[in-house]
Amino acid sequence: MRYLFLLFLFAPAALAQPTGDLLIRGATVLTVTNGTLDNADVLVRDGKIAEIGEGLDAPRGVRTVDGSGRYLMPGIVDAHSHIGISSVNEATNPITAEVWTGDVLNPLDIRLYRALAGGVTSSHAMHGSANVIGGQNETLKHRWGLTDPEAWRFEGAPRTIKFALGENPTRVHGRGRGIRPASRMGVEMIVRDAFTEARRYRERQNEYEAARDEGRRMTPPPYDLRLETLADILDGEILVHTHSYRSDEILMLMEILEDFGVDRVTFQHVNEGFKIAPELAAFGAGASIFSDWYAYKFEVYYSTAYNAAILTRNGVRTSINSDSAELIRHLYHEAAKAQKYGGLSDDEALALITINPAWQLGIDDRVGSIEVGKDADLVLFDEHPLSVYAIPQLTVVDGIVRFDRAQDADDMRVFVDPEQIVDEATLNEHHRGHSHDESCLQDVATQDAWWLQ
Amino acid sequence: MTLLLSLLLLALSIFPTDAPDEGQRGTFAITNARIETVTNGVIERGTVVIRDGLIESVGADVQPPADAEVIDGTGLTVYPGMIDGGTRLGLQEIGSLPETRDFREIGEVTPHMQALTAINPASTLIPITRLSGVTTVLTLPDGGMMPGTAALINLQGYTPNQLDAGFRGVVLDFPSSARRGWWDRRKPEEIEKQAKEAMDKLNDTWDEALLFARIDSAYQVAPDPKPTPEYVPEMEALAGVVRREVPLLIEVDAAKDITAAIGWVQEKNVRAIFTGVAEGWRVADELADAGIPVITGPVLSLPTRNSDRYDRAYANPGLMRDAGVQVALQTKEVENVRNLPYNAAYAAAYGMGREAALEAVTIVPARIFGVDDRLGSIEAGKAATLFVADGDPFETKTQVRHLFIDGYRLPMTSRQTELYDEYLNRTPGLTK
Repeated sequence: MRYLFLLFLFAPAALAQPTGDLLIRGATVLTVTNGTLDNADVLVRDGKIAEIGEGLDAPRGVRTVDGSGRYLMPGIVDAHSHIGISSVNEATNPITAEVWTGDVLNPLDIRLYRALAGGVTSSHAMHGSANVIGGQNETLKHRWGLTDPEAWRFEGAPRTIKFALGENPTRVHGRGRGIRPASRMGVEMIVRDAFTEARRYRERQNEYEAARDEGRRMTPPPYDLRLETLADILDGEILVHTHSYRSDEILMLMEILEDFGVDRVTFQHVNEGFKIAPELAAFGAGASIFSDWYAYKFEVYYSTAYNAAILTRNGVRTSINSDSAELIRHLYHEAAKAQKYGGLSDDEALALITINPAWQLGIDDRVGSIEVGKDADLVLFDEHPLSVYAIPQLTVVDGIVRFDRAQDADDMRVFVDPEQIVDEATLNEHHRGHSHDESCLQDVATQDAWWLQ
Repeated sequence: MTLLLSLLLLALSIFPTDAPDEGQRGTFAITNARIETVTNGVIERGTVVIRDGLIESVGADVQPPADAEVIDGTGLTVYPGMIDGGTRLGLQEIGSLPETRDFREIGEVTPHMQALTAINPASTLIPITRLSGVTTVLTLPDGGMMPGTAALINLQGYTPNQLDAGFRGVVLDFPSSARRGWWDRRKPEEIEKQAKEAMDKLNDTWDEALLFARIDSAYQVAPDPKPTPEYVPEMEALAGVVRREVPLLIEVDAAKDITAAIGWVQEKNVRAIFTGVAEGWRVADELADAGIPVITGPVLSLPTRNSDRYDRAYANPGLMRDAGVQVALQTKEVENVRNLPYNAAYAAAYGMGREAALEAVTIVPARIFGVDDRLGSIEAGKAATLFVADGDPFETKTQVRHLFIDGYRLPMTSRQTELYDEYLNRTPGLTK
């Protein structure tokens, strides 16, 4: 009781983020979930969408943005990225469920601003894919300008964790360190063993608590954050997001999850998802894919840019992600590729980067569509966002304009590294023809030669 | 009537699925189509006749020849095949597998390594690429200071020679003051030292090539009384460069390095093409004054400095062109060379304009590579290397409907479309 005041000390920081008011008038509103509204007004109060209609008036002191001839869509959600964190992989064990990218947030990362300039208002800052069961991830809201890492957390978003199957964990641990897993057989057993141990861990805890409640004496079981986290997965408190490519390994993990009663999973990358779309749909799994990457490693070689269309047509909740600081800036263009490759409708294509990734992250009650009561995370485009010529003009998070193309200065850093050389150019992998390496092996690959060449 | 219908159905079923993978030549007339010639404006409704691998005629009043297979182009537009000015297509199949990576040899100065030799005409990436309307690419070796000789190829044929589109250029990775990536943790002094060493090495190599060329020329003029010169294969490859017979493709990105490269090119009197040129916008006037053609990209790329405006890479081609630089585009891609039109579209949207962006992937690279007598526009006498689309080829959802390379009508299929056909409604489905 005497520490109760501490709760009040910390609670406001965790709950209240700055919010804004705004009226966007006369835009073509792409709600995603309720069709397209021509010449509609969207009123934002205290960071929430308060009203959608025609002829709305701005309350006193509320900024009005002219949306005529422009397109308003929900803020884009990226279900797979590695920006805004200062490390990606804890590649020291095939299981590192105890670590969390939320501990290494970097709100000063300029790549976050560039994502915002591409209309992305939320991203999933994921642990890497070195380990079969990697670390926990953080879901971010792109509140550029706020320098406190706490202010970047998507408050209330469910916990998520990264798993990884196939080539990456077998390369890092099997071939790199001479320990299991060196094959997809080993990957299966790593997960099964871990879940079984976690189940027993939780049983021991329950036994102890029951004994305590009955007043019996019993030695408390040792506390283990790794097993604690794994047990939370089994209890349904953490959503599984698993790096995966080949259809067989995807089926394998679905079997394990079924055996252990875990029903929420999103397969990341999932290049061969199209081969087992009926199975994914039957499980109720999500698929979070690249629009068109296919030849950067062997396990993606038999894939197709029609993946999004095949998955969608078979009833799989599908999103298109970036996994790249470059690609995250034009996810609206990546979504349009699902129209080229398989002819998805506008709403289906837009859902790939809004409501579907939001559902995969468990935040679809807050973001991912333009509906009254939802967070005012919005992007205003000069042309239809599925047109290749569209340019985001305004990005709004919680009703606050965080990117405004008309006001954008060249240098938008909020922090300048005093040790950085002035006027130093850094090429990125794109300049060297290596645009299709996953960011997933960051922090590991520096010791690994091939992709640095 | 039934017979006619079944014959028609038979014909439809034969083409394109049963057509040869590398297409069929014939006489074709694309009628009632909109034609973006690139060099002579737009013909709103006209005909393109293809015969013996060439565009025989093009115009609003052209009549399809009696022997031509007519392709109704109503509602469609004809474009010249797009040219990607810098790729690794054919030299790499799967990024992470060294066995499928043939773009790099051992050694710092290996200009005699020929990209064309190692291009795999059966790469599954080639049909995937050309379905987007990209018909011609420059494929470059990569690695040391002078990794080899790049080749321009058309994406059709069974042998490297059938793919060969003529142009060759020796690649030079100009000594760089830039960091190579986020993982490059060299100290500034180290970067400077390495750049200086590379510059010395480059100048030594150039001097050696000049000497070799002089000895070689003298020997060619009067071989008899002189001893046969020593065989130095890399110098033989460079002799053509110092004699200005072969252009040097100079990869250079940072502003400071571009300035240095301009000075070096002028001092050595090099026939140069700059590639990459990520910071070209910073020194656009210098580039324009020097009159050096530029192949820039990828456009879909991050800025080179954290302090740069977020859209600099998108705007770079337009800013250079506005300054008077001759600008062509490249993707610097392997698997997604097919995204060249989207790179061009971003350049267009962020300042270059659509017309100039279309030129930057057609006639401008054709001119830079000296193949504009065959490629880069829809003109009578040029190669029938073109495609027919149902809209603006830069627009994402546009579909390419017909594709010709050197007059071969290509099947509109790739492994990716075949997987789509097989798996959209999989049988057996959930239960067998």
